[in-house]
Amino acid sequence: MEITDKLTTGRPNLEVYSETLSAMAAENSDLLVVTSDSRGSGKLVPFAQKYPEQIVETGIAEQNLVGISAGLASCGKTVFATSPACFLATRSLEQIKNDVAYSDYPVNLVGISAGVSYGALGSTHHSIHDIAALRAVNNIIIVAPADNHETRMAVRAAAASNKPFYLRFGKKPMPDLYDEGAGFDIGKAAVLTDGDDIAFIAFGEAVAPAYEAAQLLYREGVGARVISMHTLKPLDNEAVIRAALECKAVITVEEHSIFGGLGEASAAVLMEEGVAVPFRRVGIPDEYTVTGSQSDIFRHYGITAGGLYESALRILKSQLKD
Amino acid sequence: MASCSDKELEIKSAVLRLALLKYIKNANAGHTGGDLSCIDILNVLYNDVLNVSPENFNDPGRDRYIQSKGHAVEALYVVLASKGFFPESDLETIGRYRSHYVGHPTRHVNGIEFNTGALGHGLSISAGIALAGKMDNMNYRVFTLLGDGELAEGSNWEAAMFASHKRLDNLVAILDHNTLQITGRTAEVCNPCPIDEKFRAFGWVVTHVDGHDIKDLRSVLRSVPFVTGKPTLIIADTIKGKGVSFMENVVKWHHGVPDDGQYKAAVRELELRIKELDDKTA
Repeated sequence: MEITDKLTTGRPNLEVYSETLSAMAAENSDLLVVTSDSRGSGKLVPFAQKYPEQIVETGIAEQNLVGISAGLASCGKTVFATSPACFLATRSLEQIKNDVAYSDYPVNLVGISAGVSYGALGSTHHSIHDIAALRAVNNIIIVAPADNHETRMAVRAAAASNKPFYLRFGKKPMPDLYDEGAGFDIGKAAVLTDGDDIAFIAFGEAVAPAYEAAQLLYREGVGARVISMHTLKPLDNEAVIRAALECKAVITVEEHSIFGGLGEASAAVLMEEGVAVPFRRVGIPDEYTVTGSQSDIFRHYGITAGGLYESALRILKSQLKD
Repeated sequence: MASCSDKELEIKSAVLRLALLKYIKNANAGHTGGDLSCIDILNVLYNDVLNVSPENFNDPGRDRYIQSKGHAVEALYVVLASKGFFPESDLETIGRYRSHYVGHPTRHVNGIEFNTGALGHGLSISAGIALAGKMDNMNYRVFTLLGDGELAEGSNWEAAMFASHKRLDNLVAILDHNTLQITGRTAEVCNPCPIDEKFRAFGWVVTHVDGHDIKDLRSVLRSVPFVTGKPTLIIADTIKGKGVSFMENVVKWHHGVPDDGQYKAAVRELELRIKELDDKTA
């Protein structure tokens, strides 16, 4: 696979989410969006204007949002319960577990402005724990799209799945990482660039910096494989194992705590498979983040093209010494 | 629905009490006190009010019952068994390895709509179902049973606000107001009173009923909604442990299981009650 020199800047995934919902609502009057005073940050104002009968406002009450959504889904509604990821995933965790996943009603829970998207609003508004919390809940599919293409496909896949679903979106415009007409399968990671020196396994808005790092490494003659692990659960174990067997080192990249996220999940897969490979988790360490924009925070923790480039060279170099 | 007389339902309540004690004794576990406080309500709901049966359980137009106070599951189990949702003998497996009959309601059991038992969930779920009914112009009603100790869960108040905002008059919450919870008197643990004024302030219609008076329960539960555009709260004044004199109003029976002697005494008392009712009928 060729590494594109320059990535075309797309739109915020949330805008594409909203647009996809509008397109789906046109064909399905049972499609409902449920929000907790979050239609603005969810880019759902155009949806609300176009389909006022298909948006349910609960006010700022995330537990209630999830319980109501489960009740609606039990009556055959296709529900997209949309709320900031930091509140939705853990304030309502018990409702997600019992009313949705344990009761097995197909609510699509949509965590918006996820990770550190809210930047300088601070750690109250960061969700760097949502994947960890939800991975431990049985009967829920977890997907964090990297770009507009994955977003479009994932939203439709969620509606069609008829299963409890968690979708995770950031706020900023995302570069297009896919060629036109590319496919998308839940539970099947996408290999965006081929390479057998280093593998970056990433999800969501951390995929783009991994892709850019691969471009830098390519110029140095280092082949980097970039894997968009858009589905965090069920994890594509095979893609992880293949990356570890075929590359000299693996770096996981996540806009999430390194505890309980993609890194630990991948490490567990490799340990159980008996695959030993130089391995590093890049993400948010065990601390409340530094103050700054999402970009500042990414830079601080090395979730940037430059940071990942250096991490890759470091891990490959240390391997040569051994 | 074939109508039973008040007396027949009173006898049924005593029979259901006997059954739930039998299965609690057999499982050596259960929420005895709360089961006994809500069993008359469930009896009237399933035998006189709800349009729900094993035959129409998949019909989108059926009435819904969501048991928010899920711990009183043995009461629900014996009522569902008596309605034919599953053979009563299934209840011999309550709590056993790999049984579907868990200590809180789950959808593995025919007749149960939602997996409940974590408190403060039923009212939101019910509001969602009620809203779907309004959107789809369906005539079903949604009943949910809350405990008074459960009102300390804040999510109830989120749902209460939402239900009146959305004018969900097809939503009926019944409060099993037995005034006790596991630690002691609900008024002393974290006083929820005045419950009626609180719900009225949230835009609900509130009425009181004697939660053990079959006639009163029938008349109130059949008359909802009372006001168009408003959700209803029925505060059912009940006695925890009702029907077994030594269990009544005694907090240890929240999840106490009778020993052999206590079980025999309870059975004797309930059988005597049935005989008295039979004699009156004759």
